[in-house]
Amino acid sequence: MSYTPHTQEDIKQMLQAIGVSNIEELFKDIPKGLRAKSFNLPHGKSEIEVTNHLKGLSEKNAANLISFVGAGFYDHFIPAALDAIVNRPEFYTAYTPYQPECSQGWLQSIYEYQTAICELTGLDVSNASLYDGGTAVYEAAMMAIRFTGRNKIIMDSGMSLIYRAMLYTYTSNLSVEFVEIPVVHGQSSREELFKHLDDKTAAVILQNPNFFGAVDDHSDVVERVHKYGALAISSVYPVSLGMLKSPGEMNFDIATGEGQSLGIPLSFGGPYLGFMAAKKELVRQMPGRIVGETVDSDGKRGFVLTLQTREQHIRREKATSNICSNEALCALRAVVFLSLLGRSGIKEMAERNYQKAEFAKEVLSKIKGVEVKRSSPTFNEFTVMLPRRADDVVYRMIDRGFACGFPLGRFYKGMDNYLLIAVTEKRTKEEICRLADSLEAVLCS
Amino acid sequence: MQLIFEKHKQGRRGFCFPGPDVPLAKPLAAKYCRSKDTHIASLSELDVVRHYTNLSRLNFSVDTNFYPLGSCTMKYNPKFTERIAAFEGFSNLHPLLPQLAGGGMLAQGSLEVLYETEKFLSEITGMSAFTMQPLAGAHGELTGVMLIAAYHKNNGSRRKYVIVPDSSHGTNPASAAIAGYQVIVIPTGKDGYMDLEQYKKHLNNDVAAVMLTCPDTLGIFNPHIKEIADMAHQVGALMYYDGANLNALLGKARPGDLGFDVVHINLHKTFGTPHGGGGPGAGPVGVSEALVDFLPIPRVVRRSDATYALEYHRHKSIGYIAPFYGNFGVILKAYAYMLCLGKDGLIEAAELAVLNANYCQVMLKDHYDLAFEKNCMHECVFSAARQAKNGVHAIDIAKYLIDKGYHPPTVYFPLIVKEALMIEPTETESKETIDAFIEVMIEIAGLAKDDPIRVKQAPLHMPIKRLDETKAAREPNLRWKP
Ligand SMILES: Cc1ncc(COP(=O)(O)O)c(C=O)c1O
Repeated sequence: MSYTPHTQEDIKQMLQAIGVSNIEELFKDIPKGLRAKSFNLPHGKSEIEVTNHLKGLSEKNAANLISFVGAGFYDHFIPAALDAIVNRPEFYTAYTPYQPECSQGWLQSIYEYQTAICELTGLDVSNASLYDGGTAVYEAAMMAIRFTGRNKIIMDSGMSLIYRAMLYTYTSNLSVEFVEIPVVHGQSSREELFKHLDDKTAAVILQNPNFFGAVDDHSDVVERVHKYGALAISSVYPVSLGMLKSPGEMNFDIATGEGQSLGIPLSFGGPYLGFMAAKKELVRQMPGRIVGETVDSDGKRGFVLTLQTREQHIRREKATSNICSNEALCALRAVVFLSLLGRSGIKEMAERNYQKAEFAKEVLSKIKGVEVKRSSPTFNEFTVMLPRRADDVVYRMIDRGFACGFPLGRFYKGMDNYLLIAVTEKRTKEEICRLADSLEAVLCS
Repeated sequence: MQLIFEKHKQGRRGFCFPGPDVPLAKPLAAKYCRSKDTHIASLSELDVVRHYTNLSRLNFSVDTNFYPLGSCTMKYNPKFTERIAAFEGFSNLHPLLPQLAGGGMLAQGSLEVLYETEKFLSEITGMSAFTMQPLAGAHGELTGVMLIAAYHKNNGSRRKYVIVPDSSHGTNPASAAIAGYQVIVIPTGKDGYMDLEQYKKHLNNDVAAVMLTCPDTLGIFNPHIKEIADMAHQVGALMYYDGANLNALLGKARPGDLGFDVVHINLHKTFGTPHGGGGPGAGPVGVSEALVDFLPIPRVVRRSDATYALEYHRHKSIGYIAPFYGNFGVILKAYAYMLCLGKDGLIEAAELAVLNANYCQVMLKDHYDLAFEKNCMHECVFSAARQAKNGVHAIDIAKYLIDKGYHPPTVYFPLIVKEALMIEPTETESKETIDAFIEVMIEIAGLAKDDPIRVKQAPLHMPIKRLDETKAAREPNLRWKP
């Protein structure tokens, strides 16, 4: 199948106009010796064949397990109205709104997205999106390094291992010093953190809730961080902000996070959404596109890409970031999702997640040998200790139709018996009870 | 149009949760909880749907308008790929399932897609292996430059510089700088090619890489490309290929054969996945044999029993550059596109893209100055310098085109062309569409002589007129406030 409209007659006329006798002549600038040595690909197939083939592959995936796996990426409900909106080709087949007069729909949507992210995080300014939660943390760290002129980053090991690993990769050729603070009783250790905090510190990065699901109030840490002239960066789970104290309320300078939970399918790891919000004095250090409000020549309100002198297409090697294409369509998903839920729906969703997780804790703690970790409060995810290796238990639970959680031993030494369990609004009481029954059966066997 | 926040009405709702089915737990202590509600708007489902549907209608898009935005390859995005990406077996798959014991078996379908796409791209570009992880073109560049740094480090050499031509896209120097290199910029000669004398002068064994686009951002295939690569290799530097313009070369030439060591591809350009209003895209990176060991983890491998697995233990790898395996949903659409077009369809895409661009170039070259008198590949670059003498600048031409229902070409890029107009029609546009566009372009050239004011007033038929961008930057208003 091909999507080209040319008839033989069209081609003939166009070649004539150009003044060549065949298409091959148009490639004459490629020297003969540089022609493709091979191009060994299968012949094209029809839409029906390709669709059937990929339908078949999709069915080889176990996407229908009842999922209690989270670890930063959550199985939340996506309303049908959201898909109907983002599937409009006027949104998804457009490109970056460089020409504002024919892109007001996109520009206003991004401005609304920026507003929604500021509201959720409690901060002043947001950009138009970054690739994912990990690159967002990295960009925030680099902002802090530029802003403070320092190069030491203190990070909480309660932040996702994946994000920490990404930070190390991105900075491996730069001179950035990292200190990782251990997690004690599920929360970042103040004592360790304050020991390392000094006037060389560019930023302290904390995650809330942390990887183990623990909720914290970081206000005290942020206050100390500011005393040393460093910036405080939060990596945060946006759904939790319907309930939890926002980064702004704790006086963080920058909030970042993975926006997948805001109406974006899990889709095996992407596309996702990196969001970033900051205090307004940091706006000129921000990476990526930003939309601003202005007026047209008649004084009518309109929106444009703005503060572009930060960006690669103007500043080139001096830009704040190299990002060009971002995750606009995922940002649109986020703002539509939040708008469908509305002010009280966002609270209600957070509430549902919290309640269901608390119920799951209750039910699971009744199983012999299962210890629910309760040293810190949690939001919708929590840690349990099992009487044996968690990865083995997870494996056995698959046969019973459950992806019952994330075995922490995969990421943390010495935690082989620990399981991280996430419970979203999608899980029913009945599923939670069946999870407990199956787990009990597996542990007894 | 009103903002969604201005339509808020307390008490409305656009979504309902099922009634609570678990007993009420003790609430979280107040110190952990937010003290104030957000000002997210509360609306009915219809309010939200109508708001965003009406907003969508204010956009030009490929499905509604000709969109010859140079360098961006705004080709038609086949609809069936959207349906495939929405199959629940793909869209509901948690990326950590392979991390569960035996979990690789839970994601065999998706792993096969990744593996097969990698194989296709390797053959298309003549590279040894690909990582599908980079999340956009620029992310691919950064990954590529980090791979190059790892390669040199492994050889015990610390190099300081990355060379880019002055015609390069802004992401190239930005990516090199962010990865820790200093950037050397080589000017473009009068002949439209990178100045070889200057290039030789700056090439030495402190240069880590040379980053090029091919065909370059002027739409020209540089016949000296192999020579440039050979010279780089002689001093131990690696060649980086910015694949933004790969659409011109499908089946005709391969970066691997041209001497490139690292390649990124924009799946959202060449392989027909939608641009999503600015993203998501995907920027997979291919490498020659010498760099395979440095690719990010995990790698997708095929076992002897024809099952697929993820490999994490690769001690030379640069590590994690994405949380998982890339923008899977985008990769999947590109894979479906490649299967559908196949070998002949991909070659045809390149041929007709080049035909369409050359046709535009020929039909317009009496009316606008060509940036360089050269054959073009998949895009042609004009300068509106002639029109600018009468006060009609590239931006004015763009605005007039908008009034006529055309998305403008890329303007003011590449930076080395004064008043640049970069036109990339792509292969999916018909002669009729292109003829109609050409007619308007010729009309504008005429107006620039006879009635420049008319062009400078445009657009007159859009919901808004020209916007005050200076005000937007001077008095930033970046969010609605209650
Ligand atoms: C020549 C060139 N290089 C690199 C890029 C960056 O690609 P992306 O936007 O996918 O990051 C672009 C995109 O516009 C481009 O045109």
